[in-house]
Amino acid sequence: MKISTFFYILKQGFSNIRRNILFSLASIGTIISCLFLFGIVYAVIVNFQSGMKDLENNITISVFFEKDIPQETVTLIGEQIRVLDYVNTMDYISPEQAWENFCENKYDDPEAAKAAFGDDNPLKDSASYEVTLKDISRQPEFVAFASGLEGVRKVRSSEVTADGIATLSSLVGYASIGIVIILMLVSIFLISNTITIGITVRKEEISIMKLIGATNFFVRAPFIIEGIIIGTVGSVIPLVLLYEMYDRIMNYVIGRFTVITSVFAFVSQEDLFRTMIPAGLILGIGVGLFGSLVTTRKHLKV
Amino acid sequence: MIELENVTMTYPGGMTALKDVNINIEKGEFVFIVGSSGSGKTTLIKLLLKELDPTKGDIRVAGYNYRTIKKRNVPKVRRRIGVVFQNFRLLKDRTIYENVAFAQRVVQTPARYIRRRVPAMLTLVGLADKYKSYPKELSGGEQQRVAMARALVNNPDIILADEPTGNLDPKNSLDIMNLLDDINKRGTTVVVVTHNKDIVNEMKKRVITLKKGVVISDEKEGGYIDED
Repeated sequence: MKISTFFYILKQGFSNIRRNILFSLASIGTIISCLFLFGIVYAVIVNFQSGMKDLENNITISVFFEKDIPQETVTLIGEQIRVLDYVNTMDYISPEQAWENFCENKYDDPEAAKAAFGDDNPLKDSASYEVTLKDISRQPEFVAFASGLEGVRKVRSSEVTADGIATLSSLVGYASIGIVIILMLVSIFLISNTITIGITVRKEEISIMKLIGATNFFVRAPFIIEGIIIGTVGSVIPLVLLYEMYDRIMNYVIGRFTVITSVFAFVSQEDLFRTMIPAGLILGIGVGLFGSLVTTRKHLKV
Repeated sequence: MIELENVTMTYPGGMTALKDVNINIEKGEFVFIVGSSGSGKTTLIKLLLKELDPTKGDIRVAGYNYRTIKKRNVPKVRRRIGVVFQNFRLLKDRTIYENVAFAQRVVQTPARYIRRRVPAMLTLVGLADKYKSYPKELSGGEQQRVAMARALVNNPDIILADEPTGNLDPKNSLDIMNLLDDINKRGTTVVVVTHNKDIVNEMKKRVITLKKGVVISDEKEGGYIDED
């Protein structure tokens, strides 16, 4: 394509928007609202999932051994667990460590408790592996596996928490995808309407173009450019707004609800927008491109 | 240059607009196609511009066979035909210059060539001084001249004029016909579809007469055949 042709098509794309300014603004406005909502949903999901990941990583499963088990068997059990691809971390908790942790958690004065028992460790048979999983939904699978290992007395897990997190996480995920899909369909519909009106307004011009010998590409390109411009403007504006707002909202929430920060760490602006900017631009421009392609294919049979 | 062989066109409703039409127009000819309303003139133009496909028969224009032509070549054959309409079909929101330049832009002519060619065409049709005017500021005859400049600007092999004098008074009609005659003398094949009896009789060119979709006469230096 010649450079002059490219600029001519680009200019026509812009003048299409100018000629049809009200509908173009309506389309841009709709994409802005859709992508703004998408951005909010996206930020919530990313933060939610990051929080869930933190929680998942904190859910530990304890694998206890049978009484008087030789150290080689303990090592063997450890090796069998370590090779599982869905195991995140595995730490050996010795009886001494277990007693230490117990005293720390259960007694107001841990030192006094330890002194009272002296060398007698009540948890001398409670050595364990503390395991965290990469995917908490695989907890039942792990429990079944570990329980079946020779030398394992008991596997302790928090079934309710794991199930709850897995279900909630997928529920939020599906609901968000549903909302975004509906919003995108509305945007495509509006862009398609705007382009259809543009085509109707320029019907005579298009008809002359075709008879003079314009190619399909040349007739359609300005409308596709129009869709891309609408999509781009419609995605840049909400992304800039969200970028500016994110830190302020986070600071406000952290300032007002300090308790949240103790259980939940917000994803940083940089981390969030590293993926949100390309996702938003792809969605916005994609919606513009798809809407205009479908419409020109339907209305501009040359 | 233009060849129609046993062309029949029946519309989906069952109405037959053209029936077994055979026409052969050589390069450089000036031909009138005449006939009353419903004779099939408009259908013939649409077929030549490949806006419609015939139900039966073959159409060959400027070396392209319309039956076998690839879709991407349709714009190429249309660029070889300059078309002039009865109602001029100028873009009202653009100047005369822009209207003529538009025809070159859509076929992706380089800008520097457009800047040279458009004034030359406006001079040819006698409107060089009106290049900044808008169509509504011109008379019917002038608007038709602009349409002719637009049809000529891409240097077509064929000029296809559909009732070019339909909206003009006798003087302007004659001027337009003389312009078409000049263009023809420069080597361009000219096909004029009309029912302007006086013009046809005066020009003494080849006349093909259609009646109810059938060619009833084809005379080398013919006149308008009054069907009544």
